[in-house]
Amino acid sequence: MTISVAMTVNGKSVSGKVEARTLLVQFLREHLGMTGTHVGCDTSQCGACVVHVDGKSIKSCTILAVQAEGSKVTTIEGLAESADKLHPMQEAFRENHALQCGFCTPGMVMSAIDMVKRHNYQLDEATVRRELEGNLCRCTGYHNIVKAILAAAPAMKSAGV
Amino acid sequence: MTAASGIGARVLRTEDKRFLTGTGRYVDDLPLARATYAYFLRSPHAHAKIKSIDTSAAAKMSGVVNIFTGKDLVDAKVGGLICGWVVKDKHGQPHKAPAHPVMAVDTVRYVGDTVAMVVANTYDEAKDAAEAIKVDYDVRPANVDLAKAFDKGAPEVHPEAPGNMVYDWEIGVKADVDTAFAKAAHVTKLDLINNRLIPNAMEPRAAAAEYDKGTGHYTLWSTSQNPHVLRLILSAFVLGIPEHKLRVIAPDVGGGFGSKIFCYADETMVCWAASRVGRPIKWTAERSESFQTDCHGRDHVTHAELALDKDGKFLALKVETIANMGAYLSTFSTAVPTYLYATLLAGQYTTPLIYANVKAALTHTAPVDAYRGAGRPEATFVIESIVSKAAAEMKIDAAELRRKNFIPSTAFPYQTPVALQYDSGNYPPIIDEAMKIADYKGFEARRAEAKSRGKLRGIGFSSYIEACGLAPSQVVGSLGAGVGQWEAAQIKFNPTGNVQVMTGAHSHGQSHETTFAQIIHDKLGVPMDQIEIVHGDTATTPFGMGTYGSRSLAVGGSAIIKATEKIIAKGKKIAAHLMEASVADVEFDNGVFKVTGTDKNVPLAQVVFAAYVPHNYPLGEVEPGMDENAFYDPANFVYPAGTQICELEIDPETGTTEIVAFTAIDDFGNIINPMIVEGQVHGGIVQGVGQALFEAAVYDKDTGQLISGSFMDYTMPRADNFPSFKLGYKVTPCPHNPLGVKGCGEAGAIASPAAVMNAVHNALAPVGVKHVEMPATPLNVWQSIQGAQHQAAE
Repeated sequence: MTISVAMTVNGKSVSGKVEARTLLVQFLREHLGMTGTHVGCDTSQCGACVVHVDGKSIKSCTILAVQAEGSKVTTIEGLAESADKLHPMQEAFRENHALQCGFCTPGMVMSAIDMVKRHNYQLDEATVRRELEGNLCRCTGYHNIVKAILAAAPAMKSAGV
Repeated sequence: MTAASGIGARVLRTEDKRFLTGTGRYVDDLPLARATYAYFLRSPHAHAKIKSIDTSAAAKMSGVVNIFTGKDLVDAKVGGLICGWVVKDKHGQPHKAPAHPVMAVDTVRYVGDTVAMVVANTYDEAKDAAEAIKVDYDVRPANVDLAKAFDKGAPEVHPEAPGNMVYDWEIGVKADVDTAFAKAAHVTKLDLINNRLIPNAMEPRAAAAEYDKGTGHYTLWSTSQNPHVLRLILSAFVLGIPEHKLRVIAPDVGGGFGSKIFCYADETMVCWAASRVGRPIKWTAERSESFQTDCHGRDHVTHAELALDKDGKFLALKVETIANMGAYLSTFSTAVPTYLYATLLAGQYTTPLIYANVKAALTHTAPVDAYRGAGRPEATFVIESIVSKAAAEMKIDAAELRRKNFIPSTAFPYQTPVALQYDSGNYPPIIDEAMKIADYKGFEARRAEAKSRGKLRGIGFSSYIEACGLAPSQVVGSLGAGVGQWEAAQIKFNPTGNVQVMTGAHSHGQSHETTFAQIIHDKLGVPMDQIEIVHGDTATTPFGMGTYGSRSLAVGGSAIIKATEKIIAKGKKIAAHLMEASVADVEFDNGVFKVTGTDKNVPLAQVVFAAYVPHNYPLGEVEPGMDENAFYDPANFVYPAGTQICELEIDPETGTTEIVAFTAIDDFGNIINPMIVEGQVHGGIVQGVGQALFEAAVYDKDTGQLISGSFMDYTMPRADNFPSFKLGYKVTPCPHNPLGVKGCGEAGAIASPAAVMNAVHNALAPVGVKHVEMPATPLNVWQSIQGAQHQAAE
């Protein structure tokens, strides 16, 4: 049995027919072909699948596609203003070498943006490290991810995003 | 060349843009028209006979396209998976090599062993159908505990390996070592376990394949660190598909750490089945499958003894190790605890006599193979643990004892007693720098201050050496390797002047697209945005050995240098013709050919254009085109070395350990991009600290069930487990490769377990704790403290 689902993804209206058990991440990757959001585990631990649903970061493997009905979803593909203008968080990750294999990166970036906003653009190292609890990275040792997020917070504030 | 982007510059990564915008292309991201999806039924038992497999109900389920079992492979005469390194035991006999069927035929030998493959229209349908397959198992007792693997009566994993012994191997002369021990003023003894680890690259392994009926061509996309080697194994040993009819593509790969070197059952099946199914097949491991079926790492039980004279000079080292191979011998498994482990036991020291005996055991657990550092972390952990223990026993400062025994900088090249010849190094300035940055002098004051807060503070050293940049082909060949260890490069200019550089190495996080481009930019003067590094596709890159053992820059980078030299040599001939000068008078500098002592010059781009449009061209002497290949076989391993200092605090009430400072000073030879090197060190340190404090692959000792089978049960290092790291470098260039580079990919993970555990022991010594095994979890530490207190009370 399939169910119709409709939502806004990166500013565009999308819809599809899914099974009741289809996860939001499956809908994004398999139905919409938006493969920027990754799946790194099966227990909602790794955070590679984090997207924003109505402005809040969420692991897209923890909600069903039908639960996002009518929501505004932002994924890693929807962050950059244009091909040449990255979001300040993306730019900070690049400037600080906060990614290596790139697999955890989409989830890291999405979590980090939400983190900065929740803390009103004011973060210290201990807070960033604690807040990254839900995102695993096996390459970077987190050192440069922490640096990037600390650098991005004021950049996001001055860019007004 | 501009200093801003050449060798030594902190150049931002070319690959970042696609990874940051969600436009990377990993295997699971591939859109394949009419794709089917595979799901593998895995054994739930560690050891069982398969009495029967009934797929009839599953075959009728919705969407099911095909189901394969081990019997189908036997009927199709598919070969088994191979171990590519033959280790000869101490009697000169080759190791026992039990058969490794791609899918189990009549016996399953570990939880996760592959039993059946279901192919369906969707992944969920394949998974649902797999649940309907009825397997009748006759469950047998399992051999799980490594320490008891050789015991009489231990369940046998393979009849071809009686007593579960793969080999009993040794290096060094035991009698000489025993004589030295008899004369020793002090002997330090140590029993330790090198805990078993699960690699957990963030991208799970994945494979996809399609078959072109018209041409008989197979294309296999795999999360491989070495696509050419995978193709060679599949072609020559397993599937028999001729090499030229099989294309293996490893696109963006999300981390490997060794676990993606090997040839696995699932990717083999996906490839094989593609022609039977007649549609493309996709498969991606679920994380639980990664836990169960990725090759695990480490897993040693070791007894070591160090003999010292009265002044603390090392006289001899004796090491006995049992190494776990798991249930089958994976691709490079046999070499890891022998040639990548025992040959490193000299460390940074002049220990004149070393004897090591390694026994490799089969158990009913997942195969064990190379994992970041592969043998070298295990060796470093033995040496650096026993040296620190000896220092504590003899009441000599841990740094002082190390310094007393360092190989002097004047002694290079230095022949160790365990086969390797170190090419270069200068160890004392490294430890000096580390101690300065870590403020070693101030430690006792910090320890006292911590004590006033009820905390136990400790400091630990680890002075590591590693051998990487694998390796001279003739040397590894004489030691049993099944392949050469050179690397290949091709530099192909296009008529418009931009350039594609094909490498046989593979990047899965290492940043080759940037580092290798910096080399080309530096040597040929081509702007960075005119350079593309191509890797990971057997159809477009020269045959190469891939990436592991920190070899890509030392070996692959050297091949690129050789190819640049050919480009320049050819370019000079063309430029000489264009400038009407003699070749001997032409020099090349920063992208421009010049006639020495004149202002005549012609840029490389113009020479390239002339090579492709040879209207005014020395066709009698030079072929058209600008496209050069090079192969580079290294003269020796490279030998990065360094010292790490870990400082930590333990809360004796909870057993919780907090790392408060971590310093790493490394000698990686010349550095191409310091930003990238630092990133490699950060990641390595965290993986090594993970082993020391958090990670352990735990099997139930009776049933062989994998207890630590998910991220909820296996503790991965997280951001809040660490402080920011303090790094630094000392440089002794490698004398035998053209870039003077060593290797930086594994060093962090090789050194850090010992640094952490030495700090743990240093912190716990005042409360009487003698030994803590890794991982030093809060429970483990707390119990050690309690045990010591009980002992003191008795």
